[in-house]
This record gives sequence, C-alpha cells and structure tokens, in this order.
Amino acid sequence: MDLVQLQRQFVDYRTSLYHEGFLDEQFTQLQELQDENNPDFVVEVVSLFFEDSERLLNELARALEQQSIDYKRIDAHVHQLKGSSSSIGAQRVQKVCIAFRNYCEEQNVEGCLNCLQQVRHEYSLVKTKLESLFQLEQQILTAGGSIPM
Amino acid sequence: MESCNCIEPQWPPDDLLMKYQYISDFFIALAYFSIPLELIYFVKKSAVFPYRWVLVQFGAFIVLCGATHLINLWTFTVHSRTVASVMTTAKVLTAAVSCITALMLVHIIPDLLSVKTRELFLKNKAAELDREMGLIRTQEETGRHVRMLTHEIRSTLDRHTILKTTLVELGRTLALEECALWMPTRTGLELQLSYTLRQQNPVGYTVPIHHPVINQVFSSNRAVKISPNCPVARLRPAGKYMPGEVVAVRVPLLHLSNFHINDWPELSTKRYALMVLMLPSDSARQWHVHELELVEVVADQVAVALSHAAILEESMRARDLLMEQNVALDLARREAETAIRARNDFLAVMNHEMRTPMHAIIALSSLLQETELTPEQRLMVETILKSSNLLATLINDVLDLSRLEDGSLQLDLGTFNLYAVFREVLNLIKPIASVKKLHVSLTLAPDLPEYAIGDEKRLMQTILNIVGNAVKFSKEGSISITAFVAKLDTLRDSKAPEFLPVLSDNIFYLRVQVKDSGSGINPLDIPKLFTKFAQNQSTGTRNSGGSGLGLAICKRFVNLMEGHIWIESEGLGKGCTAILIVKLGMAERVNESKLPYMPKMPTNHGQTAFPGLKVLVMDENGVSRMVTKGLLLHLGCDVTMVGSSDECLRLVSHEHKVVFMDICVPGIDSYGITIRIHEKFTKRHERPLLVALTGNTDKVKKENCMRAGMDGLILKPVSLDKMRSVLTDLLEHRVFFEAI
Repeated sequence: MDLVQLQRQFVDYRTSLYHEGFLDEQFTQLQELQDENNPDFVVEVVSLFFEDSERLLNELARALEQQSIDYKRIDAHVHQLKGSSSSIGAQRVQKVCIAFRNYCEEQNVEGCLNCLQQVRHEYSLVKTKLESLFQLEQQILTAGGSIPM
Repeated sequence: MESCNCIEPQWPPDDLLMKYQYISDFFIALAYFSIPLELIYFVKKSAVFPYRWVLVQFGAFIVLCGATHLINLWTFTVHSRTVASVMTTAKVLTAAVSCITALMLVHIIPDLLSVKTRELFLKNKAAELDREMGLIRTQEETGRHVRMLTHEIRSTLDRHTILKTTLVELGRTLALEECALWMPTRTGLELQLSYTLRQQNPVGYTVPIHHPVINQVFSSNRAVKISPNCPVARLRPAGKYMPGEVVAVRVPLLHLSNFHINDWPELSTKRYALMVLMLPSDSARQWHVHELELVEVVADQVAVALSHAAILEESMRARDLLMEQNVALDLARREAETAIRARNDFLAVMNHEMRTPMHAIIALSSLLQETELTPEQRLMVETILKSSNLLATLINDVLDLSRLEDGSLQLDLGTFNLYAVFREVLNLIKPIASVKKLHVSLTLAPDLPEYAIGDEKRLMQTILNIVGNAVKFSKEGSISITAFVAKLDTLRDSKAPEFLPVLSDNIFYLRVQVKDSGSGINPLDIPKLFTKFAQNQSTGTRNSGGSGLGLAICKRFVNLMEGHIWIESEGLGKGCTAILIVKLGMAERVNESKLPYMPKMPTNHGQTAFPGLKVLVMDENGVSRMVTKGLLLHLGCDVTMVGSSDECLRLVSHEHKVVFMDICVPGIDSYGITIRIHEKFTKRHERPLLVALTGNTDKVKKENCMRAGMDGLILKPVSLDKMRSVLTDLLEHRVFFEAI
C-alpha cells in the first residue's frame, strides 16, 4: 500500500477509536506531548499502562479469591487502575473502574467479580486496538512518511 | 794788599765804623756757622729728606761765607801775608761753592716748587676721599635701615601690622615728627587717613583723590616734596612753629585681580595709597637725597608686603569658604542618603504590602469569576478584576520606575534567542490586533543573529510596550515590525547627538522599527512622550488606559542597554514610527547544552514557557506519574519524580519551585506532608508551592487543602494548555485553586 493510503487508513482507524469511546482527549494530549525529544513518549506510556494494568488485574483476581476479602485493598487497586486508565485516556476502562469502586464500597462481592470481568474485557479490547494503531504507525514511518495529527 | 770784598775805606780807619763792621762780621760768621748746624741737626732729626746733597752744598757755602767773614775780621788791621792767603783761599773756595750751589739751585728749585704743588694736590685728594667716605657710610647706614625696616615689614603677613611697623620704623629711622598713610576708599574717589604714627586712632578723615598735588605724587614713583599746607599734610594741629618739610610717596596697591602671571598690571589700573612723612617742625632739617631714596625703597617694599598679605587673606578666605561648603555638602549628602534610604525602605515595605492585598484581590476575584454569578454580579466582578489588574500594573510600573531612577536596577544579562523574543511579542499582540482588525507583520533581517546576550525580559517588555502602543493608537490599517542589525552610518544619523555608539567585535546594535498607520502624533508633542505621567491628551484616546509610564520605563531600559529610542511622526493622522536601537552582545553559535534556560528543549518546538523550572511530582500511580512528567517536560520544566511521601520529604529542597502532589490516593497523608513541608521551610520565599492533584470534585477536599496550607489544587486530567496556564498563574500569584 502506498503512503497516502496508509496515512488515510491510520487516521480513519484512530477516529473510529475515539468514536467508539475507546480513547478520549487525554490520548490526544499524550500525542501532543510527543516531540523530537520524546519520540516514543506515547508508546512508552502505553506500555507502562499495559504492564501496570496486568499486574493490577492479577492482584485483583487474587484478592477476590480470598476467603475474607480485603475491600480496602481492592479499592486501592481499582483506584490505581482508574487513575492509570484516565491518564492515558482509556475511557471505557475508566468507566468500569468507577462502577467497580462503587461495588467495593458496598462490599458487593458479586458486583466486584462482575466488574473485574468487565475490566478485563475492556482492557484487552483497548490493548488490541492500541497495538494495531501502533503497528500502523510503524508501517507509515518505515514507508518514510510522517504521522498525521 | 789783596782787595777783599769789603769796601776799602777811603778815609782813615774810623774806630767806630771799624768796630761796627767788626761786630757785624762776627755775628754774620756766627749765624753762618750756626745755620748749617741747625740744618744738620733738624735733618738728622727728620728721617725723610731727599735733598741732603743740596743741604751739604748749602752748608758748605754758608760755612765758607762765614769763614770769609770771620777771616775778614783779621783784615781790618794790618795783617800778614798768611792771613791774606787764607782769606784768598777762603774767598776762592766760597766763590766756587756758591757758583756750584747756584748752578744746583737751578735744578732744585723747580723740584721744590713741584713738591709743593703735589702736596696741595694730595691734600685736596684727601679731602675728597674723606667726603666720599662720609657718603658711603651714610649710604651704608641707609641700607642698614632699609634692611631692618624690610625685615620688620616682611616678618608679618598681617596687613595692619605691616603698615604700623612701617610707620614706626620710618619714624624712628628718619626721626620724623609725623608719618601717615592715606588709603583709597572703596569707591576710589577719596583717600582716607588710615594709619598715623603719633595719633593712636585716626579719625576717618577723607580727602578727595583728584587733588593736583596728589596726582603729582601718584604720577611718579619718587618721593616728592610737598607743601605743608596741602590737605594731606595737615596732620598736626597748626602750631606756632614752622612746620617741617613734608615728603609724600605713592604706595602701589596690587589687587589680586590685577595680578596675572603673564602680564604685569597696567599702571593705569593701579590703585595707590599715599604715605606722608613730616620732619620735625622748626628743626631746620632738610630732606637729604639718601633719605628720600630710603623712603622710596620702603614704599616699594610695603607694596610687595601688602600684596602678599592680600594674597594670603584671599587664600584663607577661600579655604574657609571651601570648608564651609564641604560641611554643607556633606550634610546635604547625608540628608540625601537618609532620604534615599527612607524611600527605599518605604518602597520595599510598600512593594510587599501593596502586592499582597493586590494578589489576594486578583486571585479571589478570578476565583469568584468561576463561580455561579448573576449577570450583574459577573459584571461587577469583571470590573473589579480589570481595575485590580490595572492597579497591579501601575504599582509594578511605579516600583520599576523608581528602581530605574535610583540606578539600582541592573540588567539581567544572559544568552537568549532573539528570534523567539520577536515571535513571542507577535503572539502576544496578535489577538488584540486581530480584534481591532489590524494586520501585524514581522520582518527579521537575515543577518540578524539568532542568539544574543542581553536582558531578555526587559527587551521583550520594551518591544511589547512599543508594539502595544502602536496597536493601541491605531484604529485601522497595519503595523509592521522590522528588526535588523544597525550599521555604523545608520547609527550616526539617529537623532541623538549624545548617542555615541562604540563598535567592537562581540557586540552589535539591534535596530527595531515599529511603523503603524494610526493616529500619529503632533511633532511638537514628541519630546513629551518619554516623560513620566505625561500622556498625549489630544486625540481622545484617554480611555485607552495606561498611566503614561510605559514609554518612560522603556526609555530607561533602553538607556541601560546603552541604546536610544525615539519616535518619528509626520503629524496627526499620518501614523508614526517608533525606532529603538539597543546594544546586545554577540553570542557564539551556542551549543544547546550551554543555553542556561533550555536544558532539554533545544529548538522552539512548542512553547517552553517555564524553562528550567524545578518541579517535584509525587504520585503513586506509575502511569499518571509518567504522564504528568511528560506534560511538565514538554513545558520545559526540570522534573523530579517521587513515588512516596517519604521520598518526597527527603528530596524536596528550596530549589524546587512547585510540588505536585496526588492527594486522592488513599494511604498518602497529603495534608501531613503539607504540614511537614511548611515546617521544613519557614521562609516563605524558600518554600515550594504545594499543589494538589486530584480526580475528585469535592468541595470538602478543597477546603481541607486550603486549610492544610496548600497553595493550589487542580483537577485531573490536566491538559497541556491547562498545565501551562496553571503554572503561569501559580508562579505569578503564588496561588491557584481550580473551581470545583
């Protein structure tokens, strides 16, 4: 595929992500922070997010398997996850976290487990989407073009 | 019988006659014998007698004559042949000797006569020498008197002493009856009796100066005999005696102003005093020449001594005056210093005192603006904000100007990007210009160096002020800003005779021209433009705001930068051009790392508004920490990341200007940290600003933050623009609470 088409495909894909609520303006902000000095800023942040989230999700799973659930700890983890996702603009993940926290407050195990599942689902979705987006970016760059804003 | 010289008696020898003859002959013989004896005796007595030989001859002649007469005694009676022969021998000898003597006398008598003449001559000579000796002695005497007088006169520099001494010594030396000195009055038209010898305090007796006698005395430098009836000589009460002879002499008075080194004072401008000397009355003494000479010499000496005294008086007076002036100046200087110190103290206090309430007003008004207000309330708050902003600007301007006047303002020199300054100005002015539909264009000359050394902030302030004025006073049209390196000839023709640019290798002169097509300025008003508080009232732009200080401050800054600023306008309605020339240092093609203010951002990609600002970010969440860090890095800050409160407390220092704390993480006691940081930095200007980052919208939390002592609160997510404006506000007002 030639460069212009690649770029058009990239832009369309990105716009769709926004439309579908996977990403919000925060992600745009991140992109604005990327410049010659920090050329891989977005990738770095997103990778960090992936690591962090994986870790947190595991922790949450383990915590919810306990006999006596430590809601405070769960709340702390969910709070972290909410913070991370809102930092990079993973909107849908963030929304689920908010609901999760409510259930935590209510100390509703069922609700929590449900939320955990949802979070996991949303997370993997956004992860896949972001990975494809980065792949497209890479293709454009190797073709010698520049990323359209 | 041989005939003798005696007369032969014709008649028979008379006894009486014979007797008489006999006796006479005897006495003649006696005399004739005794005279040589006497002569010999006296000659022997006197050592010097050159004519001894003559005496001997004379003696022989006399002796022989005596012998003849003695022998004659025997010839009266009949005498023998022996007697006759003896007589003959005696007579012959006598004849011989007398002839010889007679012959000798012919030689001797003229000699003897000339001795007499010589003797007379020598006597005359001796008399003459005596006379001359007398004269020399007199002169020596006079000289001694003069020296002594001079010594007396010159031994003091006090005018009165000099004059008094002169009179006393003269009186003594010449045995005067009265001696007086007449000085000219200040008007120069009269002579006043100033000093006399006998009278203790002379009354202020004056005499007009244009008297023939006085003129005569003044016109010659000799002592002149004057009549005792002359007004200046009438010093003693008229007595019954014949007044003695009076002599007057002039005494030149040299004034300081007449006394130039290179040209001696002209005689015509000289002032003279008159000294009158009176011999004792009825002493029949006459003024001798040597006495007159003495008087003349003394008069000259007095003149010199007086001039010295005058010079000394003058210099003493000048020195006293200087000392007085010094004291006065010292006092004035100390007073001025006190005044300046008082003013500085006042300003320092007022600076702080005025700014604090201002900031409170501005901050709280802007916060108030964010709340829910009715339209009228909103209008009121806006007015409050606008007024307080104006007031803050005015305060800053006044404080700046006073610091500038003081000379205590110094430029902050640093290397900066010149192009960036212009771009920034343009960006700042574009919104306003576009509202007024003015077109702004910026032209930078290609040879303008990109980097320069100077005071960036003040340069920008100056250019912004000028451009702002251009925009302010133009209702329509366009503004053009051009900047280029000024060449030497263009420098010279700038309209400032006192502006003397000095070119050297590592400096250059930046010339900025801002041309607008606005209302123009009356050329007569141009000089007033740069004076403080004088605003151009004529064109009805009175409500454009500003206090009239802007241009004055610009001028001061430009002067500090060793440059010149002026405005040209062809008249009202014809627009005007503001031109400024400043001296900047040439920066070498600088390496990014050398630039002090941009540690990580070499080119102007995005606006690095907070270069080098040291910031501490505390956030437990790795991702959000990274995002915040990215944000701040992008804005040019120097970011330190910490993940826990302990680390935060450990790493926080007075170098950090802002600390961002994420407070919505449970398990971190942000308030505790706040209090601990407050404790750690007691001085307000050392403590970093503490800003809370939170995702919650919670009024209670906000109040807690304020109470705990935080300086700000912002909501996550923070966009780039938001962070930029937050930091700007924060650094200016030291407080920023986002509206929740």
